[in-house]
Amino acid sequence: MTLDTVAANVSDLETSRLKADLNADLKEAVLEARDLSFGYLNSKKIISDLNLIVRTNERVALLAPSGRGKSTLCKLLAGYLLPNKGSVLLDDKPLPQSGVCLVQMVWQHPEQALDPRMRMRQTLSESGVVSPELIESLGIRQKWLSRYPHELSGGELQRFCLARVLAASPRFIIADEISTMLDALTQAQIWQVLIRECEKRRIGMVFVSHSAMLTKRIATRTFKV
Amino acid sequence: MLTLNHELEQSHHHHKHANTSHHVGGHHLMQVENLNISFTMYESDARSYFNAKQVQSNVIHDLCIGVHSGEIVAIVGASGSGKTLLADSLMGHFEPNATVTGSIWFDGDKMDAASLKKLRGHGISLVPQSVNFLDPLIKVGKQVQGFTKSNSIKKCADKVSPKNISNNASSISNSDDANNSDDVSNTGNTNKARRFFKEHRAQRAKLQAKLFERYNLNSNVASLYPFELSGGMARRVLLCCALMDNPKVIIADEPTPGLDLELAKVALADFRQFANDGGGVLLITHDIELALSVADRVAVFYDGTVVEETAVANFANPDLLSHPFSKALWHALPEHDFFAPTGGDALS
Ligand SMILES: Nc1ncnc2c1ncn2[C@@H]1O[C@H](COP(=O)(O)OP(=O)(O)OP(=O)(O)O)[C@@H](O)[C@H]1O
Ligand SMILES: Nc1ncnc2c1ncn2[C@@H]1O[C@H](COP(=O)(O)OP(=O)(O)OP(=O)(O)O)[C@@H](O)[C@H]1O
Ligand SMILES: [Mg+2]
Ligand SMILES: [Mg+2]
Repeated sequence: MTLDTVAANVSDLETSRLKADLNADLKEAVLEARDLSFGYLNSKKIISDLNLIVRTNERVALLAPSGRGKSTLCKLLAGYLLPNKGSVLLDDKPLPQSGVCLVQMVWQHPEQALDPRMRMRQTLSESGVVSPELIESLGIRQKWLSRYPHELSGGELQRFCLARVLAASPRFIIADEISTMLDALTQAQIWQVLIRECEKRRIGMVFVSHSAMLTKRIATRTFKV
Repeated sequence: MLTLNHELEQSHHHHKHANTSHHVGGHHLMQVENLNISFTMYESDARSYFNAKQVQSNVIHDLCIGVHSGEIVAIVGASGSGKTLLADSLMGHFEPNATVTGSIWFDGDKMDAASLKKLRGHGISLVPQSVNFLDPLIKVGKQVQGFTKSNSIKKCADKVSPKNISNNASSISNSDDANNSDDVSNTGNTNKARRFFKEHRAQRAKLQAKLFERYNLNSNVASLYPFELSGGMARRVLLCCALMDNPKVIIADEPTPGLDLELAKVALADFRQFANDGGGVLLITHDIELALSVADRVAVFYDGTVVEETAVANFANPDLLSHPFSKALWHALPEHDFFAPTGGDALS
């Protein structure tokens, strides 16, 4: 790995930023949690009166100790859980209850997010056509497509989850510890793709990571839960 | 049995020695030699299910790694390079479509799948990578204590002779073995067994409570089901399972993801203590920085084998690392360049 390639890589990011400017006609969107409160059945409140506004040009890191409610907030923002009080709004409207959601979530444990009885090819096609360039840049190999989830490693599975989410053309991506199960190289690789795609397609992001160094690399802003 | 004069040879079995490690009884605590694992699969681009040809896909090849008493060996490496397969093999768990060759020694004895299975929870404990290992239908306190199949003391005491008690009481992984215990017809024995079992059970409950406290798990967490846990809580519960037993070797397959730095440090300190007391730890992790802070040796895994075994100190500078993959890993760390070549194989 020479310094030149590192430099080339940096200029790659620059170009993607330029391209993002070309896409300026893609309009901004706002994801808002308004006076949000939530507690699981017969247990105490985990989130109370929380307010958060995220724009499509932001990558917001959620910070809190283990068990505080980061993942719970992620699920609320992506519409997997419904709040007891308050609301989650996309451009001032509630999230749709059916159809493809414009807020998409990527989970920490890909093996739990995939149907174990479905081959990967079928799983991918769930969210429509995935461009070959995207598959290529995520490093997904052809031979993985005919396998079942238990025949792939965690890192291999997570790439499929990302491809699936990006193919759904969301306005926001909620990423809950998506690279904690990946090696440093794969981690850098998928974040590179994710950041590039999000900037190019004006997708906002809320993410959770336990690594301070990684957060520093990615976040445009942090938020204490 | 594998014996070598370790005084004469500073470097043997493809590795160098750390100061802390030693050979109890003249052998390694655990030694893997020339492990090969391949899977039989059906051709992926066949036109129909029926005329698909069988193909072999080789995943682990010529793998050698050893763990000494008193040391932590870290395995870092590419995801998909076969680390979990290695961990599974050491637990005697093999997929039905797998072909395995090579040898595994444990504490001087050569092992096969059946003998490795017997060691689960007694000689070797696993901290599994997948949180799916937790039984979704059993409260986590019970799971950690290991009384999963046998809820009533009476039922157990009737069924279990003293020699089998520890069997029945060990961790989640070997509950299938618990069924094979011999019946005890003698009533005197039964009473003794019952008392023994009761004490044993109380002891384990106490140990579980202590571990939960150590890992900052509220006492009411014991009565939660796995789906009610946060990611980091589930991880901590898995750690507690492995620490409950009294193994000689702990294989920790990604024990820290989802834990914040404080908690991760507690886990690593426990591994260090375990090794210092004479155990051996195989620490599989993507968190290189954390691994370096406790490990004695580091093995770098790539494409199904160890490409480099190196001293912890060499990770301070990429020029001290010899394999291109190790160097690439170094550059990819967020604290260094956060750099990865785009697309395809990370190294091409
Ligand atoms: N399905 C559920 N039912 C009941 N309680 C739950 C459920 N899921 C989570 N909890 C509880 O809610 C709290 C917050 O959990 P959450 O998963 O949001 O934490 P987190 O901040 O993401 O933690 P971590 O960093 O460990 O992932 C925890 O105390 C957990 O026990
Ligand atoms: N039953 C199986 N059939 C075919 N291939 C398999 C099977 N199980 C695993 N593999 C393949 O073996 C390789 C190694 O998988 P393994 O889970 O051991 O990787 P790993 O090093 O633990 O990765 P990670 O860091 O992502 O957990 C992967 O490429 C995977 O696709
Ligand atoms: Mg979480
Ligand atoms: Mg693994």
